[in-house]
Amino acid sequence: MNFVTEVKTLVKENIRDYGMYIALFVIMLTFTILTDGLFMSSRNISNLLDATGYIAVLAVGMTLVIVIRHIDLSVGFAAGFLGAIAAILLTQFGVPVYFTIPIILALGVVIGLFNGALVASIGIPSFVASLAGMLIFRGALLQVTEKTGTIIIKDKYFNAIGNGYIPSIMEVNGLHLLSLIIGLLCIVLYMYSEISARRNKIKYNFEVVSKGVFALKLVFISAIIAYITWILAGYNGFSWTVIIMLAVVAGYHFLTTKTVLGRHIYAVGSNPDAAHLSGINVKKITYIVFCSMGFLSALSGILFTSRLQSATTTAGTLFELDAIAAAYVGGVSSAGGVGKVTGAIIGAIVMASLSSGMNLLGVGISYQYMIRGGVLALAVIFDVMTRKKRK
Amino acid sequence: MVNDCMLEMRNISKEFTGVKALENVNFKVGRGEIHCLIGENGAGKSTLMKVLSGVYPYGTYSGDIVFEGQVQQFHKISDSVKAGIVIIYQELALFPDLTVYENIFVGNEVRRGSIIDWNRTITQAKQMLDKVGLNVNPDTLIKDLGVGKQQLVEIAKALSKNVKLLILDEPTAALNENDSENLLNLLRELKKQGITCIMISHKLKEVISIADKATVIRDGRTICTLDAAKGEISESVIIKHMVGREIDDIYPKRTNQTFGANVLELRNWSAYDAQLGRQVLKNVNLHVRKGEIVGIAGLMGSGRTELALSLFGNAKNYKVQGELIFDGQPRSFKHTSEAIRAGLAYVTEDRKGDGLFLAQDIKQNVTAANLKGVSAKGVINGNEEIKIANDYKESLYIKAPSVEQIVGNLSGGNQQKVSLGKWLFVGPKLLILDEPTRGIDVGAKFEIYTIMNKLIASGMSIIMISSELGEVLGMSDRVYVMAEGEIKGELPISEASQEKIMELATQ
Repeated sequence: MNFVTEVKTLVKENIRDYGMYIALFVIMLTFTILTDGLFMSSRNISNLLDATGYIAVLAVGMTLVIVIRHIDLSVGFAAGFLGAIAAILLTQFGVPVYFTIPIILALGVVIGLFNGALVASIGIPSFVASLAGMLIFRGALLQVTEKTGTIIIKDKYFNAIGNGYIPSIMEVNGLHLLSLIIGLLCIVLYMYSEISARRNKIKYNFEVVSKGVFALKLVFISAIIAYITWILAGYNGFSWTVIIMLAVVAGYHFLTTKTVLGRHIYAVGSNPDAAHLSGINVKKITYIVFCSMGFLSALSGILFTSRLQSATTTAGTLFELDAIAAAYVGGVSSAGGVGKVTGAIIGAIVMASLSSGMNLLGVGISYQYMIRGGVLALAVIFDVMTRKKRK
Repeated sequence: MVNDCMLEMRNISKEFTGVKALENVNFKVGRGEIHCLIGENGAGKSTLMKVLSGVYPYGTYSGDIVFEGQVQQFHKISDSVKAGIVIIYQELALFPDLTVYENIFVGNEVRRGSIIDWNRTITQAKQMLDKVGLNVNPDTLIKDLGVGKQQLVEIAKALSKNVKLLILDEPTAALNENDSENLLNLLRELKKQGITCIMISHKLKEVISIADKATVIRDGRTICTLDAAKGEISESVIIKHMVGREIDDIYPKRTNQTFGANVLELRNWSAYDAQLGRQVLKNVNLHVRKGEIVGIAGLMGSGRTELALSLFGNAKNYKVQGELIFDGQPRSFKHTSEAIRAGLAYVTEDRKGDGLFLAQDIKQNVTAANLKGVSAKGVINGNEEIKIANDYKESLYIKAPSVEQIVGNLSGGNQQKVSLGKWLFVGPKLLILDEPTRGIDVGAKFEIYTIMNKLIASGMSIIMISSELGEVLGMSDRVYVMAEGEIKGELPISEASQEKIMELATQ
């Protein structure tokens, strides 16, 4: 098989996985051309990623919830409510930030536990259970912010989570040094893991792609990482939001692809009856997925509150729908058992890119909603079509 | 009676992804007769009827359907209904939460313009119910009726569509004797009114009592058509044609016949299903020895699957009573995972419904019940997993391009082997196989039987639940026959015969 045909068949076989990346690339390229390069400027990309953070972490959790055939509508106001609690702890009770954050994250898990109990133990449909949760948290948010209105946070460490950047050590030609180092480390780590995986496969006598294609893939992905690092290093470097987002994706990607727990989650989503008969505790898995969702809601609440440097009475409005949209754009299937965490992040970035690009172009908000809706529908249509083709 | 031909199916062939389900089937039904279609499970009866009723639309099979003297092209089910052909499936297609009259006219509503005329609906429903001799209020919800009466509602529904040719797929399988007799009488009554009837049945006594003609299908081919008027329909003749081959041909021989100690023993084992509100198992006593294949025969709904589920970690949360002794120790499993850890494995009857993860690939299915076997500290070794899946792919003769093939795209036989692989990978002491060869072709069957023999030679024990008597007789060392949740008899293989088993199963 020669080089070109090998690449062609690879793309053909994995069109579903590559589709989103291609879509993202096309969207970014279009906006870059339309805005004379403004879209890909360091400042814009940095802002775009920071604005994606609090939705992206929700989308990761939501992907797993949808994978096990459930939905969680309560995450938006749960995030808003927990963000407000964080603000109250910091300002009114003077709890230091290093206590506040673990408390909020733990509260998130408790909320997840509550949702999990309703869905897994009592057997209420998750749509209804989480709709109830949504109303309850909305009310709770209004209740705790009723007297004070918007709560302004002055804690600079807390605010750094949503607005700050990692220290730079020193600047090289106006570039952020530590960010460059992190980017370089990522590339080295990526290359190392790919090469060792390939070597392992060869050891087991499995089929691997040819050396040429492998090298091309390494160079391609490394170049993308390098490019993004270079762009971000040109502004303020990696923000804490981006670091947190990367950590969440890395952690969840590992969890879902490499661990027994991850496999059990997908098994439950694929066929709950078969999972039960395979000795998997379906109830436990449902609890775990909802708890993880609660945890990520809390994280999202912290990111958003910190970004605004305040807790508002409407924080979290429509977050859940943005997260669900991102998950679907990222390729999750409501039939269960199918969907990737990395897809969710790309989905979130696609949606954020659309907003950002259209803002730069001065597209009216009414058209923005319609276009984003259209893209969501297209993404799902593409998904359904490619799946049909396989059969 | 009449001799003119109402239906003729000529040279029908139908393939499913490489498996020939029907091969040049010829099938003729005369007007006004009751024609029984007989054959083992998987012989192709249901497929043939699905071709006839347009479930498999025109173009997906080859051959001609001639109905009422015209070649028909049914593109969808409603086309065949319009022509006057109605099929009633084994699993009834009623809506449990709707009333009797709504069910009778669903999809065929009595209306004025686009508004449903409920009054006329109810009156007409009453007429249909009278015709089938069902004396219930049309307001009754379907779920409040017994299976026998539900069956009659299905027939009433068929009558409301002006049926000329009524097809019944094992109509009495889930009925008790009384209900069965009523149903057969009704069919005789309908025959007088000029309705032709094709009935698929496994119950030979029924066939003998009701059939004008009987066609035997085996391995996707028509073997012969027997005529009652010529006195051709008798049990021995039918069985001869159904089986058609010496049992030795398709069931590989085993050599070692020594059994070890009891692996499993059940004493006064009863189970109550709280959801259905009925006793599913009554005082079951049985034992399985090391290296033995124990066959469990019985008709549908006799409690065989419930027995397996109650053993296997009580997967359906029955209220169980009695003693379960596994591997020398009294056990009470609270979850399937405990049963698996103890050394039990259960290959389910419905591999698509609750056996496999269809959206996932072969390797993920094979390791699903024993991920510990390919992981360390909760992290899966992907390469080890592929290697193990490849081993099973080879030893179980799974035909697929790679272990990364999505299981939903495999043929039934290969799916069944994946399901088997999944359970072999847990390293069980006792393997429960529920209908291990349902819906798979003869070649794959032989391979599965060969695998079973290898497994018991390695010291495993097997409980095989099966509706195929040939399989039960060909593979088992000992047979239990179940009916109505009870063990009706235990037969050493030397004493077992189709007739004896059937006699016990229909008690």
